[in-house]
Amino acid sequence: MAIRKRVVLQFPTRMVEQPIIYHLVKDYDLVLNVLKASVTPREEGLMVLELSGARKDYERGIKYLQDTGVKIQSLGQDIRRNEERCTHCGACVTVCPTGALFVDHKTKMVNFDATRCTACELCVLACPPRAMEVYL
Amino acid sequence: MAKTVAEINEKIRQGKAVVVNAEEIIDLVAKKGIEKAAREVDVVTTGTFGPMCGSSAYFNLGHTKPRIKLGGGRVYLNDVPAYTGVAAVDILLGATAMPDDDPRNRQHPGPFNYGGGHVIEALVAGKDVKLVAAAYGTDCYPRKKLETWINLKDMNDAVLFNMRNAYQNYNVAVNASDKTIYTYMGVLKPRIGNANYCSAGQLSPLLNDSHYMTIGIGTRIFLGGGVGYVAWQGTQHNPTSPRGDNGVPTRGAGTLAVIGDLKGMSPRFLVGTSMLGYGATMTVGIGVPIPVLNEDILRNASVRDDEIIAAIVDYSSAYPQREPDIVGEVSYGELRSGRIVIDGKQVPTASLSSYPRALEIAEKLKDWIVKGEFLLTEPVAPLPGVESGVSVKPLVERPIEEEE
Repeated sequence: MAIRKRVVLQFPTRMVEQPIIYHLVKDYDLVLNVLKASVTPREEGLMVLELSGARKDYERGIKYLQDTGVKIQSLGQDIRRNEERCTHCGACVTVCPTGALFVDHKTKMVNFDATRCTACELCVLACPPRAMEVYL
Repeated sequence: MAKTVAEINEKIRQGKAVVVNAEEIIDLVAKKGIEKAAREVDVVTTGTFGPMCGSSAYFNLGHTKPRIKLGGGRVYLNDVPAYTGVAAVDILLGATAMPDDDPRNRQHPGPFNYGGGHVIEALVAGKDVKLVAAAYGTDCYPRKKLETWINLKDMNDAVLFNMRNAYQNYNVAVNASDKTIYTYMGVLKPRIGNANYCSAGQLSPLLNDSHYMTIGIGTRIFLGGGVGYVAWQGTQHNPTSPRGDNGVPTRGAGTLAVIGDLKGMSPRFLVGTSMLGYGATMTVGIGVPIPVLNEDILRNASVRDDEIIAAIVDYSSAYPQREPDIVGEVSYGELRSGRIVIDGKQVPTASLSSYPRALEIAEKLKDWIVKGEFLLTEPVAPLPGVESGVSVKPLVERPIEEEE
């Protein structure tokens, strides 16, 4: 059974220079999409990944990560729209890379499809009334 | 058949006026023709809801005991500085003012999370706002410091006064450079990766009265959820801007200065706004009723998005360098489709002004008029039109020779 999950990985300083992601792809046959990465040599690293593959491979891959000492948090729906603040202008729609924010051409309202959101956060500061909020 | 404003007002009082919004009038005119529609319809309501930097509010705070002369001193509202160069306890807060310690663009692009527009929104929402003031002290105004919570309801006067709002048409912004730029027209992606526009188009007040036949000084309007008036033409009012065959400006043209009692307004229609990398401002809701006095007025008010043309401008070079070059022209009909074609390439479009809320404003104004709560006005004086020759001028710099 195929699975697709978003996870936040925190790498301790000592591990930043190890090729962990390479093993995740090569040894566990997982397809990964890097949603966000901040990895600097000799500092802590943070990575938001979307992992997809067979459930069995996914579970083995996660176990591998845990064993290496990477801290894993699953990423739920962490971008939400404050409906009170959204004015339905549209400034976000061309900034959103996945089409999670889009204009309904009938109503001209801006819709937010959280299932298509990859939590890249590009909309957060691009939204003029600051209606897009991050929950971690 | 010509009507007068007085006749329309009489119908409004009797609950008999026929009022439609600027979107509804399009189909109605298409179906019935101008002549019949002009006989039947009395008022067309318009609306717009977009970021408008030329906005501000002035306040009279009341006198403290002992008295303090804020005039010439320093005043902060929620850390945002207000202008004090007027009378003792009158202050003016601009929509784009920001706290002294805001990081601005020191780390580009700055977020500009809070500014004067946000303070105005908080006040209108009935929230307490922190006032901190310092003055120099005089014989008749001895006090030098003041720190207190203030609330809109306790002020003597709270007046929204916007020196430039409701632009008649506007640029469509693109970025032809190879890096993202952060502008007052939003985030613009490199290599013309997106195109942002900012007009309510067929709903917009001045686009529905392209020659200012009914909108003038003194016109009563919907302003920020309450009632306001057109005070004057807005700054940079440019009636001589290029116009299409239909008389509708194809570039930024007319503007309005508007005024109204802030105490009657609503935070739904005055929203503190942050433009990433550019600054803080306020999004303002304005609706103007157009009395259908004759067929010409109705013809202008039935304008469609397809008939309104705007210029595409490169905000990475032509705009900042004030070059006249444009990338092309496009209609609001095309812009609203979500995609336009520039140099053979499909470019996604986005609006900075909210069409749904502009429509909500036009509907609200319609509702007020239908219920007899809002009567129309005749202008006290007209706005300068094409015949005035008024046109916007650039600043021509003259070097100042330093004296030895």
